[in-house]
Amino acid sequence: MKPIQFIGLLCLAVLAGSAQAAVFNAVQLDKSRLSFTFRQMGVPVQGSFSRFAAQLSFDPAKPAAASAVIDADLSSVDAGSPEANDEVLGPQWFNAKVFPRARFVSSTVRALGGNRYEAVGKLTIKGRTQNVTAPFTYVGQGATARFDGAFSLKRADFAIGEGEWAAFDTVANEIQIVFHIQAASLPAPRK
Amino acid sequence: MIMTARQPTQIYTRTAIALHWLMAVLILVTFSVGLYMHGLHLSPFKLKIYSWHKWAGVTAFLLLLVRLLWRVAHRPPELPESMPVWQRMGAQAVHGLLYLLMIAVPLTGWLMSSAKGFQTVYFGVLPIPDLLAKNTELGNALRAIHEWLNYLMLALVTGHAGMALKHHLIDRDDILVRMAPRRRAIAKKERT
Repeated sequence: MKPIQFIGLLCLAVLAGSAQAAVFNAVQLDKSRLSFTFRQMGVPVQGSFSRFAAQLSFDPAKPAAASAVIDADLSSVDAGSPEANDEVLGPQWFNAKVFPRARFVSSTVRALGGNRYEAVGKLTIKGRTQNVTAPFTYVGQGATARFDGAFSLKRADFAIGEGEWAAFDTVANEIQIVFHIQAASLPAPRK
Repeated sequence: MIMTARQPTQIYTRTAIALHWLMAVLILVTFSVGLYMHGLHLSPFKLKIYSWHKWAGVTAFLLLLVRLLWRVAHRPPELPESMPVWQRMGAQAVHGLLYLLMIAVPLTGWLMSSAKGFQTVYFGVLPIPDLLAKNTELGNALRAIHEWLNYLMLALVTGHAGMALKHHLIDRDDILVRMAPRRRAIAKKERT
């Protein structure tokens, strides 16, 4: 082995080591988005939550150790129109006065190969908890990482839309949740 | 007998008559539904009636295309020579404006829906592409335009119907009768 090759390998090893040490744990909320798509009368409608909190710990070298907790502030909903925003906070939908937040807590994360991963966890909305599986991709770029994923839920499982809204002929049962999380890697605080 | 002699140029085709009245019904129903629906409280019924209104608007637009094609291929009868020139010009101007509104009203409805963030999906199955992206201010402006074009159309339709009645009841000419749905049947009966 020539010295230059050795130095090259050493550099690679150092780089790999530093990459392994990168745990993405500081979510950049201003660069993250939590949105959803639903169908009403066959028309796809986009919505989003402008306020949410996210705690994340993701080490690409140890995906099984990753964890995520996401809390959406339901009152920050944009459900497509001002009247829909008012309606969806009411007792038949989110009942946001009693249940102001939706929460996702991951239980396991596993690698699916390439940059694809899968988070399994519990989603709680309106006091009802369901298991969900959210496939996502991870793209690391220096000290920041982007996570993009989506999964669908059935609104009836969470009693979202009761009474006159319970039928699916106007608002479909299936709701697609789309998330984009950007996080930085912060060193552990020194004492 | 005079009427019989003038019949070849005087009469509208059965198709033109059917298209005219079908459009009249569609406009009246869609207009009334539009007037009624926007004051509704949000409910599944409101979402349905909005969709029905949009589907009716798309149907009216398609019907208009058929009408225009038919009109190009089948020259409509001339206005009676008994009418003064200014009246004939007025009638033609109103007809021209009505055609313009039959294009502009559904188009502004579609654009307004897009700008408000709701794609139009014909009968819930056929998505019509959005020309505009969601934009609240533009959506509100288009809503106002759609509304005022509709009031203009209401005024013109009222004038159109009123003038037809005036021709029938005061001038006692055949302007209304030649567009009446039973005109051909009557004509046939007269001939036999």
